[in-house]
Amino acid sequence: MHRINCPWCGLRDEAEFQYQGDATVVRPEPDASEEEFFRYAYIRDNPKGWHTEWWHHTGGCRQWVKVVRNTLTHEIHATGGPHDDLPLPEGDK
Amino acid sequence: MSAHRLKNGGILINRSKPVNFTFDGKSYQGFEGDTLASALLANGVTLMGRSFKYHRPRGCLSAGSEEPNAIVEMRSGARREPNTRATIAELYEGLEAKSQNRFPSLAFDVQSVNQLLSPFLTAGFYYKTFMWPASFWEPIYEKIIRRSAGLGRAAVEPDPDTYEHSHDHCDVLVVGGGPAGLAAALSAAKSGGRVILAEEQMAFGGMVSPTDMIDGKPADAWVVETLTKLEGMKNVTIMPRTTVFGYYDHNVMAALERVSDHVKEPEDGMPRQRLWTLRAKEVVLACGSHERAMTFDNNDKPGVMLNNAVRTFVEKFGVSPGKKIVIVTTNDDAYRTAEILLDAGVKIAVIADARAELSDAASRIKARGVEIDLGTIPRQANGGKRVKSLTLQTLDGNVTRTFGCDCVAMAGGYSPDVHLASQTGVAPVWDDALKGFVPPAPIRAERSAGASKGSFDLAACLEEGHAAGLEAAGAAGFEAKAGTAPSAEAIANGPIAAIWRCAGNGKAFVDFQNDVTAKDITLAEQEGFVSVEHAKRYTTLGMATDQGKTSNVTGIGILAEARGEPIPDVGTTRFRPPYSPVAIGAFAGHERGYEFQPVRRTAMHACGEKLGAVFVEAGQWLRPQYYPKPNEGVMEAIYRESKQVRETAGICDVSSLGKIEIFGDDAGEFLNRLYINGWKLLKPGKARYGLMLREDGFVFDDGTTSRLADDHFFMTTTTANAARVLSHMEHASQVLWPDLDVQFCSATEQWCGVAVAGPNARKILEKAFGKALDMSEEALPFMGVQTFEWNGTTARIFRISFSGELAYEVNVPWTYGEEMWNALWDAGQDHGLIPYGTEALSVLRIEKGHVAGNELDGRTTAADMGLGRMMSSKKPFIGQKLAGREGMIADDREQLVGLKLIEGAERLRGGAHLFEDADDANRENDLGWITSVCDSPQLGCWIGLGYLKGGVEAYAGKTLYAVNPLFGEAPAVEVVSPHFFDPKGERLNG
Repeated sequence: MHRINCPWCGLRDEAEFQYQGDATVVRPEPDASEEEFFRYAYIRDNPKGWHTEWWHHTGGCRQWVKVVRNTLTHEIHATGGPHDDLPLPEGDK
Repeated sequence: MSAHRLKNGGILINRSKPVNFTFDGKSYQGFEGDTLASALLANGVTLMGRSFKYHRPRGCLSAGSEEPNAIVEMRSGARREPNTRATIAELYEGLEAKSQNRFPSLAFDVQSVNQLLSPFLTAGFYYKTFMWPASFWEPIYEKIIRRSAGLGRAAVEPDPDTYEHSHDHCDVLVVGGGPAGLAAALSAAKSGGRVILAEEQMAFGGMVSPTDMIDGKPADAWVVETLTKLEGMKNVTIMPRTTVFGYYDHNVMAALERVSDHVKEPEDGMPRQRLWTLRAKEVVLACGSHERAMTFDNNDKPGVMLNNAVRTFVEKFGVSPGKKIVIVTTNDDAYRTAEILLDAGVKIAVIADARAELSDAASRIKARGVEIDLGTIPRQANGGKRVKSLTLQTLDGNVTRTFGCDCVAMAGGYSPDVHLASQTGVAPVWDDALKGFVPPAPIRAERSAGASKGSFDLAACLEEGHAAGLEAAGAAGFEAKAGTAPSAEAIANGPIAAIWRCAGNGKAFVDFQNDVTAKDITLAEQEGFVSVEHAKRYTTLGMATDQGKTSNVTGIGILAEARGEPIPDVGTTRFRPPYSPVAIGAFAGHERGYEFQPVRRTAMHACGEKLGAVFVEAGQWLRPQYYPKPNEGVMEAIYRESKQVRETAGICDVSSLGKIEIFGDDAGEFLNRLYINGWKLLKPGKARYGLMLREDGFVFDDGTTSRLADDHFFMTTTTANAARVLSHMEHASQVLWPDLDVQFCSATEQWCGVAVAGPNARKILEKAFGKALDMSEEALPFMGVQTFEWNGTTARIFRISFSGELAYEVNVPWTYGEEMWNALWDAGQDHGLIPYGTEALSVLRIEKGHVAGNELDGRTTAADMGLGRMMSSKKPFIGQKLAGREGMIADDREQLVGLKLIEGAERLRGGAHLFEDADDANRENDLGWITSVCDSPQLGCWIGLGYLKGGVEAYAGKTLYAVNPLFGEAPAVEVVSPHFFDPKGERLNG
C-alpha cells in the first residue's frame, strides 16, 4: 500500500489513486508519423528502479499527479503536477 | 485431574476454573488458559489428526502457531471452521472440535492404506500418474484427489459472524510480545512516540521461563509488570491475539486480530475477527524463532514433538506430554528443557546429543543423574498410534540402543523467524554459527531484535529489544531517553550441530503437514528439480497452511546435501504474505451481501418500484429492466413494451447516463480533439451524436452532446463508461492540452433524466409542461435543445431519439426527478403512455441498428460500426492516426450487420458465432459473432446485430448459421442491413 503525496491534497493512501502508467511518454504532434503514434500508444519501457508515473487522484482532487517511484522498492522520491520537471535521484538511471 | 496434568506449575492456567469441551464428540475437561492441545494432552489424548497424504496418525508437534499436525475443525453448523491449530486455539466452555482428514474415525482411518501404497505416492506422484487420458481429469481424477487430500470442511451455510476492517497509525510498531518486543515497546514508548505492540498469542512473554530472572525478579512477574506499565501509557496500544501477517510497501503492515475466536460466539456487536491496516513510521520485528524437528524414521509418531513444545506444555500449562521422555538434540536448548522436566519430576530416559563433547549445560544435567549419549542421534521411533520407544544410532549410522518412552523431545536448533523481514523483498542470510537464516540488512524502516535476529539468549534479547526501540523512536523523530535495558544473566550456549537427515530407510518427515519426506527432496533433486523454488513446488515442501515454519530450513539443508553444495548457495524460497492463514471472511470484512458495493438508485427509483419494475444492475446502478403486468412473463412484457412505444408512447428512466458539463472559450476545440466528428460549427441550442476513439484508434465511447451556449456544452456518455470518459478528459485537459480554456465536471448525479418516446410524445410533454416551453417543430426541431423554467427550477429538453421514434429526453435537477416523472405520467394517461425498461429500450435500438455496450467491445473501429464517414479529415482528434493503420481499415474486418432468424431454433442468442457451414464450425471458418438479439415486434421475428467479416456487402441476403455449442444450436440466419426498421428515419417526426 503506497502513500502518495498529492501536491494538492497532501499525503494520501494509494486506494484514492488510479495508476495510469508511464509519464515519460509524450504525445506526438498531430502531424507526426503513424510510427511515432504507434510508439506513443504501445511501446513502454519496464524499468527496474526509478520510474516516472501517472497516478490519477480519482478519489480526491481528480488531478493527474506525476510520481517518481522506485519499481523495486516502491520508494517515492518526488511528486508533482503534470508539467513539473521531476529529476530522478542522482546516481540512478 | 488426569495423570498428565502436573501437580504444580502452569503459569497460564487457572486451576480453579475448569472448562468443559468435546473432541470428536467425547467430553473432556481442561482449565481456563489452556489451549485445545494442552487440554487434550492433559487428558492423555496424543492422537489429534491424520496426515494429509498418507493419513498417518499425528499428535501435536509444537505448542504454538507453527503447528503442522494438530489442525482441527472447530465449532459446528454455520460457524464450522477447518484447519484451526489446536496449539493456539484457546479453550472455552463448550468448545467443540473434530479431527480432520480421517474416515470413519481418527483411530481407524481406512485411507491409512495409503501408507502401503506409499512407494508410489512420492514427490510428483500426481503429475506423473494423473496425466492420461485428459478426459479423465475433471470427472474422475480431480474427485479422487480432492476426496483423499482434503484438509477439513468449511461451513456450507453463510457465516453468521461479522468481520471488521480497521486502520491505525503509529510511530513505532513492535511485532512480538516476547522479552525483546516488550523491551522495545518500553524504550520506544518512553521516548514519547505512538507505539503499537502486537502479539500473536493471548499471553505475552514469548519463550521466557518462570525460572528466568529479569531485573532481579522472576521473568513472568517482570512480563506482567512491564505490560501494566505499558498499559498505563497513553501513547501505547497493546494488541494481544493479533498476528501481523504481511509487510507491504511504505511500512504498511496487515494484521489479524482474533477478537472472538476464544469465545463460543462473539459477544453482542463484536466481530469475530478484525483485519488491521497498520501504518508505521518505524518497525521493530521481535517475532521470535521456530524450533526445527529432527529428521529420522517415523519422526511423526504421536508423542514425538519439539523440545520447546515439551517445555512450554510443562511450564505454561502444567502438563507433561509424557511420563518418560527421550530428548534428542543438536544444541544446548535441550538442557533447559531437561532441567524443567527434572524439576517437575518427569523422568528422562536418555538425552542423545549429536555433538561430540559435553557442553557446560550438559554437564549440569549429567550431574543430576541423567544419562547423556554423546555423538548419538535418533534412528527411528517405534510404536503404533503413539511412540513406545526410540532407537538411537551413531552419527555414521550404527544402531546403538533402544529406549522405552512415551514422548520424544526433538531439539533440532532454532530458525529465526525472518518471515516478515524477508517479505520486504530481500532474502535472509545464512549464519553458519547459528545454523539458521538471519534477517537481511533492512531496506525499509525496520530492524529485528531478539530471537528473530538470531539472539537466543535472554540477556541479549532484552538488550537488543531496548536498543531497537530507542533506535526506532529516534528514527521516527522522537528524542530517545536512553535509560538502561532490562537485565538478565547472560548464558553462554555451546555450539550447534547441523544434522539434517539422520540415517534410515523409512519415512523421515521434513514437512509434516504436507507429508514431505527427506526422500522426496532427494528424489526431486535427482529428477532435476535442483532449484529450491522448483524443489518446493515439486515436493510441496513448505506449501501447506503452516508454510513450512518448522520444516523449510531442514528441507534446504537436505537439498544442499543432495546437491553437494553449501546452504547459502541453495538459498531460501521467496517469503510472501500471509505469515499464517487468514480467513477469506476477514479479507472480505463488511464487503459482503448488501454491503458488497454501494447501490446507486436514480431519483425516480420509487416511481419505477410503484409501477412494478423489475430492476437490473447496471454497474452499481439499479435500472428498471421491465414492468411485468400480473401473470405476464419476462419475454411477453418486453415484447409488449417495445411494441407499445411505437404505437402510443413510453417513458424510460435514463438518469444513469454519464453527464458532464463543459465550459470555456475552447470547449468546442476541446470536443473537436476528443470526438471524431466536428463540434465548432454546432450552434447553441443543438445536439449532435459524437463518437470517441481511444489513442489506439478503437472506439471508446459514444453519446449525445449539446451546445447550450457558445462556451457551454453538455456531454452524455454511456452508463458503463461515465467514469472512464471523465478520466480521459481530465488527462486531455491537464496533461495534453493545459493551454486550452476548458473546465468540466461530472453532473451525472446532479441531473436526472427521462426519455419520452413514441408518436404521442409531443402531446404528453405539451400537457405536462404547458406554456413553460414551445414544443413546435420550429422551436424544438430534431436534435434541438432548450432550457426552460419549470416548477421553480431549471429543466433541459433534448429532442433526441435512441428508439427511432419521435422522442425527447428531459433533465431536471436530481431532487425534482420524482416530481417530473409524476407530471409526465399523469399527462400521459390519456395518450397511452407506458413505462418501459432497459430490455425494451434495447429492442427499440436493435430494430434501428443503433450500437450500445454490446457492440462497443474495445475491438471495433468507427468503420466497423458503419460510422467511418463520421471521421473528420479536417481536424486532428485522439485516435485519428492509428485508426488509419493497415489492419484497422482492412476490407475483411468484422463489420456491423443485421441478422434475421430464418429457421432451426426458437430464438437467436448473443455470443453465437457465424459460419457458412454449420457442420464445419471451427476457428478458421469463423466469420463473426452475434452481439445483441431481440424478439422484434416490428419485424415479426428474432433479429440480432453482430459483426461479420466483410459486413453486409459481402453477405447481403445470404444464409449463414449462428452456431452456439453451449445450447447445441445452429439456426439459419439471413444477413441484412442493421437498420431493420424505418431506415429513412421518417418516424423521428412523429
